[in-house]
Amino acid sequence: MVSNAPAHRPQAAGLPTPMLPQPFQIQRVSQETPDTFTLVLQPASGTAPFCFLPGQFNMLYAFGVGEVPISISGDPAHTQILVHTIRAVGTVTKAIQKLKPGRVLGVRGPFGSHWPVAEAAGHDIVIVVGGLGLAPLRPAIYQILAHRAEYGNFELIVGARTPADLLYHKELERWRGRFDFRVHVTVDSASPAWRNNVGVVTTLIPRARFDPWQTAALVCGPGVMMRFTVQELLQRGVKPENIYISMERNMQCGIGLCGHCQLGPYFICKDGPVFAFDQIEKWFALREI
Amino acid sequence: METLLPILAAHPFLAGLESKHLQKLAECASLVSFNPGQMVYTEGQTATHFYLIRYGRVALEIHTARRGAITLATVGEGEFLGWSWIVSPHRWHIDARALELTRAIALDFSCVLRYCEADHDLGYEFMKRFAVVLAQSLRFLKLQLVDVYGV
Amino acid sequence: MPQAAPALRDKLVIAAPHLEHLLQALQQRGFTLIGPMLEHGDLVYDGLAAAADLPRGWTDEQEAGSFRLKPQGNQAFFGCTVGQHSWKTFLLPPRTKLWQAERQGHGVEIVPHQEQTPKFAFIGVRPCDLHAIAVQDRVFLEGPYVDPVYQARRRLAFIVAVNCTRAGGTCFCASMGTGPQATTGFDLALTEILHGLEHYFLVEVGSDQGAEVLQEVPHKPATTAVQTLANKLIQETTAHMGRHLDSDGLKELLYRHYDHPRWDEVASRCLTCGNCTLVCPTCFCNAIEDVTDLTGEHAERWRRWDVCFNVDHSYIHGGSIRTSAKARYRQWLIHKLATWIDQFGCSGCVGCGRCITWCPVGIDITAEVRAIRESEKEE
Repeated sequence: MVSNAPAHRPQAAGLPTPMLPQPFQIQRVSQETPDTFTLVLQPASGTAPFCFLPGQFNMLYAFGVGEVPISISGDPAHTQILVHTIRAVGTVTKAIQKLKPGRVLGVRGPFGSHWPVAEAAGHDIVIVVGGLGLAPLRPAIYQILAHRAEYGNFELIVGARTPADLLYHKELERWRGRFDFRVHVTVDSASPAWRNNVGVVTTLIPRARFDPWQTAALVCGPGVMMRFTVQELLQRGVKPENIYISMERNMQCGIGLCGHCQLGPYFICKDGPVFAFDQIEKWFALREI
Repeated sequence: METLLPILAAHPFLAGLESKHLQKLAECASLVSFNPGQMVYTEGQTATHFYLIRYGRVALEIHTARRGAITLATVGEGEFLGWSWIVSPHRWHIDARALELTRAIALDFSCVLRYCEADHDLGYEFMKRFAVVLAQSLRFLKLQLVDVYGV
Repeated sequence: MPQAAPALRDKLVIAAPHLEHLLQALQQRGFTLIGPMLEHGDLVYDGLAAAADLPRGWTDEQEAGSFRLKPQGNQAFFGCTVGQHSWKTFLLPPRTKLWQAERQGHGVEIVPHQEQTPKFAFIGVRPCDLHAIAVQDRVFLEGPYVDPVYQARRRLAFIVAVNCTRAGGTCFCASMGTGPQATTGFDLALTEILHGLEHYFLVEVGSDQGAEVLQEVPHKPATTAVQTLANKLIQETTAHMGRHLDSDGLKELLYRHYDHPRWDEVASRCLTCGNCTLVCPTCFCNAIEDVTDLTGEHAERWRRWDVCFNVDHSYIHGGSIRTSAKARYRQWLIHKLATWIDQFGCSGCVGCGRCITWCPVGIDITAEVRAIRESEKEE
C-alpha cells in the first residue's frame, strides 16, 4: 500500500549533523509511571524548528555518559519543542532521568523511517500499542486526529502491565471522551478497583471495529507482544502489507554506518525502525537473527 | 420466545447459525442483567448456565486470602462467558462479577446439551464455535503468562 | 632523452631500481607512503621511507590457521601476498576521536575534532584489496549518509596497485571476480616481472594524477612481449588459486539455510574471537565510546572498530539478541556473502583469504559454504 522510506536523508558534509549532537535544554519533566518520564526540550540556542515524521527517533546524549536512541513522542505540528518519553532502564537513561529543567542534552536526529500516516488516508486505522509502545505512536495519533476527516474508523488499543504502567493517563482519558475515535485500554493484571478491561492487549483486537480489507494497522510494543498482535490482525484479515511494526535493535550511529542494528538485510536505524510486516516477515520469524 | 430469536441471531457467537438451530437454542435462552458489582457466578457453585454478553463488562476473578480478588480477565460485548459447564462436575472454578451494568443471554446448559445430543449438526456447529472461544482464550492466557512488559 | 608524457591507460615499463624514483616522486608530492614491511617477523602495512623497506626477497606460505614468511630466493619487492593488515586501518582508523565537549554551567559545548587529514599513498595494493576499498566506498560514501573521516582520507589517497603473479594458499579472488589483475580503482598498477636476469615493472596508468607522477620516473613503452608475459603470469595465478568458492546463487543459497545444522557444527569450532572481522578488509562495524576526564567537565566521543562476534554487539536493554556462537558466526558469514548484496549491491567478500589464514582454529569460509551447498545436492 504505502511507502515508508525516510522522507529526507540529509547528506553529511563534515562532522556537523548528523554525527554531532546539538544542545537542547530541558524545559519540563513529567513523571509518567514509576520508571518512565517525559522531557520537553528546546534548542539551547536559536529557534530553528525541529521537524520530524511520526515514528522517527533521535539519539539523546547525556554528557559524558553516552547516547541512546529514543523515539520522538510529541506532536509533529509543534516544531518549536521536542518531546521524548524515556524509560530509565540503562546507564544513559538513568543519567537523563536525573537531569532537572534547565540542563542540556545532546540531540542527533531525526533518524529512520516513519509510520505511513499520510499514506494511510482513506483507510480505517487501528493502532495497537503495548507498554512504552504508545510513545512512538503518539505523534501518529496527533497527526491522524489533526486530519481526522481523511480517515475511516479509528481504533486505538492500549495495553499495559498494570493501570499504574499506563503512559499519558490524562491524555488517554481526554481521548476517551472524544466521539471521533475509540480508545480501548487493557491491563494484564489489576485489582478490582480497576473498572476497565483486564487481559493481554491482543484480547481487544477481535472486538475492535474496522474493515480488515481497508485497514492500516500500526503496532508497537515489546517483541512478543508485536508477534502475537500481528497474528491476531492477520487472523482478522488485515493484509500483511498494511500492518506496520516498529523494530528495536542496538543503535549507535543512527545513520547505517556502525553495523549494530542489522536485521537480515536491513539496518533498523535507516531502513526502519518502522517496517511493513510483509517487508520483514521472513526476518521477523527467525531467532537470534 | 419469538422475541429472543433476533437477539440470539445478532450475537457474534451464534452468527451464521441456521434458523432451525437458533430456534432450538432460543428455547434454552433467557435474558438476564447484572448490576455493577453483582456476581454472575461464584467459584464452587454448580454451573447451570453460560452467557453470551450483549453489552457491559464482567471480570473473571480469583479470590485470594492475602491479596483479595485478582482479576484474570474481563469479558465484554459480543463475547462468551463461562465454559466450566462443559465438563463434569459442572462447577464454576472462578468468580465472575459484573463491572458495569451487563445484559446477557443466559443459556441453560442441560437444555443446550440435550439439543446438541439430539441433533449432531447443531452440536457440531456449537462445538466449532466453542473451540474458537477456547483456543482464543488459551492463546491470550499464554501471552499473559509471558508477562511481555517484563521482558 | 625527452619522453612523451604518460597518459591515462598507457602501459609502460620501469626498471626495478626506478621504483625508488616512484616512491620519491610521491613523497615529494606530500604523500605519506604506506606499504608492506616486515616488523617483528610479521608482514604489516606501515610507513615506508624507501623501497628498501619493502619485504624484498620474502614470500609467504598461508593455510587455514597458518601464516609463515620465508626467503623466496629472488629480489622481488612484492613477493608476499597479503598479511593480517588491510588498508582499512588507514581509511577508517581503529580508533578515531569524533568530537569533544566541555561542560559550561548548565550547558554543554560540543566541538568537532579537527584532524589534519593524512595524505596517504598506498604502495602495493592487491586487486582483492582494491575491491575491498571499493566495497567500503559503497558503505561510507555512496549510501544516504557519508562518513566524513573516511571521505577525507579516501579523497586524498593515491593508490599503487600490484597485480598478483602468485596466489596465496588461502586466496580465492578468482572465484569472487576481484583478481588477480587490477582493472580499476588505482592510480598506477604494477606487475612485477622477474624474467631471467631482468627485473622490471609493467605499469598501467589509471588516473591523470598517476600519469603526472610517472613523468618523474624513467620509463619506456611496454612492448607486446612484455604485456604478453605479464598476462601469462596473471593467468597462471588464476589457475593456482589456493581456494575456490562457488558464488553462483550464493545469496539465495544462504537465505534458504538459516537453520542449517552446519551452523551448529561450525559454532562448535568457532572461538568467537573476531579475528576474521579484524583482518577482513571490508568489515566496517564500529562502536561509539563516550568518555570523560576525572573532573567530569570534559567529555569526548571516540569511535573504534567493533566485532559482531562480541555478545555486546547486539545488546539492547535486557540482553543481547545473538547470544549463541552459532548466531554470531551465521551473522558474520551471511552478512558477508548474502545480506551485504541486498544492502550495498555487491558481495562483502573479496576473496583475500585473510579470514581463513588468521582464524586460530582454521575455519575456512569456502569450506563452510561448500558444506551447505553440498548438503542440498544430497537431499
